[in-house]
Amino acid sequence: MINFVIRRIGIAIPTLLILIAISFFLMHAAPGGPFNSERGVPPEVLANLNAKYGLDKPLIVQLWNYIWDIVTKFDFGPSMIFKTRTVNDIIAQGFPVTFTYGIWSFLVAVVVGVSLGVAAAVNHNSWLDYLAVGVSIGAQVLPNFVLAPILVLVFTLGLHWLPGGGWNGGQWPYPVMPVIALSTSFMASIARITRSSMLEVLHSNFIRTARAKGLPANTVIWKHAFKPSLLPVISYLAPAFVGMITGSVVVDVYFSTGGMGQMFVNSATSRDYSTMMGITILYGVLTIVFNMLADILYAWIDPKIRL
Amino acid sequence: MAIADQKMQDFSERLTTVNEIKGRSLWQDAFRRFFKNKAAFASLIVLAAVVLFTFIGPYFAVWSNEEIDWSVLGQVPTKGIPSFETGHFFGTDDLGRDLYSRVIQGTQVSLLVGIIGAGIAVLVGTFYGAVAGYFGGRVDSAMMRTVDILLAIPYMFILILLLMVFGRSVLMLFVGIGLVSWLGMARIVRGQTLSIKNKEFVEAALVTGVHPFTIIFRHIVPNLLGVVAVYATLLVPEMILTESFISFLGLGVQEPNTSWGALISQGASTIQYGTLWQLAFPLFFFVISLFSFYFIGDGLRDALDPKDR
Repeated sequence: MINFVIRRIGIAIPTLLILIAISFFLMHAAPGGPFNSERGVPPEVLANLNAKYGLDKPLIVQLWNYIWDIVTKFDFGPSMIFKTRTVNDIIAQGFPVTFTYGIWSFLVAVVVGVSLGVAAAVNHNSWLDYLAVGVSIGAQVLPNFVLAPILVLVFTLGLHWLPGGGWNGGQWPYPVMPVIALSTSFMASIARITRSSMLEVLHSNFIRTARAKGLPANTVIWKHAFKPSLLPVISYLAPAFVGMITGSVVVDVYFSTGGMGQMFVNSATSRDYSTMMGITILYGVLTIVFNMLADILYAWIDPKIRL
Repeated sequence: MAIADQKMQDFSERLTTVNEIKGRSLWQDAFRRFFKNKAAFASLIVLAAVVLFTFIGPYFAVWSNEEIDWSVLGQVPTKGIPSFETGHFFGTDDLGRDLYSRVIQGTQVSLLVGIIGAGIAVLVGTFYGAVAGYFGGRVDSAMMRTVDILLAIPYMFILILLLMVFGRSVLMLFVGIGLVSWLGMARIVRGQTLSIKNKEFVEAALVTGVHPFTIIFRHIVPNLLGVVAVYATLLVPEMILTESFISFLGLGVQEPNTSWGALISQGASTIQYGTLWQLAFPLFFFVISLFSFYFIGDGLRDALDPKDR
């Protein structure tokens, strides 16, 4: 187990460094420097500015300094557009919003998805089963950028139940629509995965044995069938997490929550490369760490898995 | 004796007719199974209709995709509605441009992105996976470690970074999507190659001294085509989704070019003014095409899956 964890960390660290290097070199391939403006700066001032931000050093030294600052001080450097703000300020402003409804979406997706999947499998070929299957097929082709406008159309413009955007400090009912928009497709996938694995488990021999010795249906389902049927769900958690991070960009933009995604798109359109890079790296770190934790969790639960 | 002769003749005739019955190849079997699958067959027709529409549709268009109909400008919700009289079959967009032409254009761009992305995946991924799987050992683990590492990177953000740095062109979109699309394919192909490379026919080729790359291309890759075809069909909608996602954020294709994602984004931003058709038409083509690709992929998988036989 410990060997596995060490080896898994051994993969995560180079991944992280490659991610940082890719975005760093991409940023430096971009035309124009951070101090190019319409009016221009005298060359001496430019040289001084470059020296202050360390931009006169060789690229590889700059890359090293950048990584060093991130690792030791968690400092992503200054923003290229907002002279008075650092990338850290921007992240500190946007991250809590995305994090809040992201966590809620993740919980909703897992809890509702697993419940729906179990209910569908237990009541195989009933209307509930057909509903679960129908929802999961529909959600496959309704990505959140399609779902979000439809939600606004129905719940804001049609029924006037929920606000169509904004965050308002995360007060009820502002996060409801972002959570629904972000969680639905993952909820559907989790339901589909749970349903098929639960069905498979319910048809296996040890369940027949459990039934044959006269255990009540609830005990059979929850004590015997539930845990083994969760394994495929756990292996889906990591891709779901990555998908949610990407999906949150759309939700942030469409609902104007002021979260990280909006910051990312704003920085992309205003060519604020250092902010884009900071957000990319932060999301990359989250992804890589979560992938690692999910793998370790899986290996811990299922002793058959040895990578 | 005459009767016996007759019988013999009949028998020999029957023998010859028996010989005339043609054998069915595995691919023919697969095709038969595929066409028996109603959902997949219907999807194929729908998809063919969508593709045909992008070729024939422009001949019926009254307005080009860039022309602005000044008479509806400012009154899009009332005058821009879909009608045959004005020639705007799908209505106009917010700027008074003909949505019919723009949907055709967006459909072309989106389908092209999907097909090119999947095409790159087929070429690069198959080659990469087959080489890694065939040579095995250190080569394999080095090649697949690289794929693992690249897969763990949140590519959507890198893709956007790429588009911002090198300019938002359709070409750059193809390059960016091509860079990531082959990773999953390489993994799947490698797994299949591992099981094929120990078969007798590969051994036979080895003993007769066939060059390793000839073995890969002549003996292994043809046996992978089924899996590759299934995965490629499922990759097309994935690539389309990726492109639409980026275009929805306004970071993908640039005006006057457009795509489903861009059209849906524009339609979605104006729904509060009652111009529902601006969302409905691009969304309709988007949804039916993606549904079709998924059903075709499923049908192909059922048709080509050897476990089913």
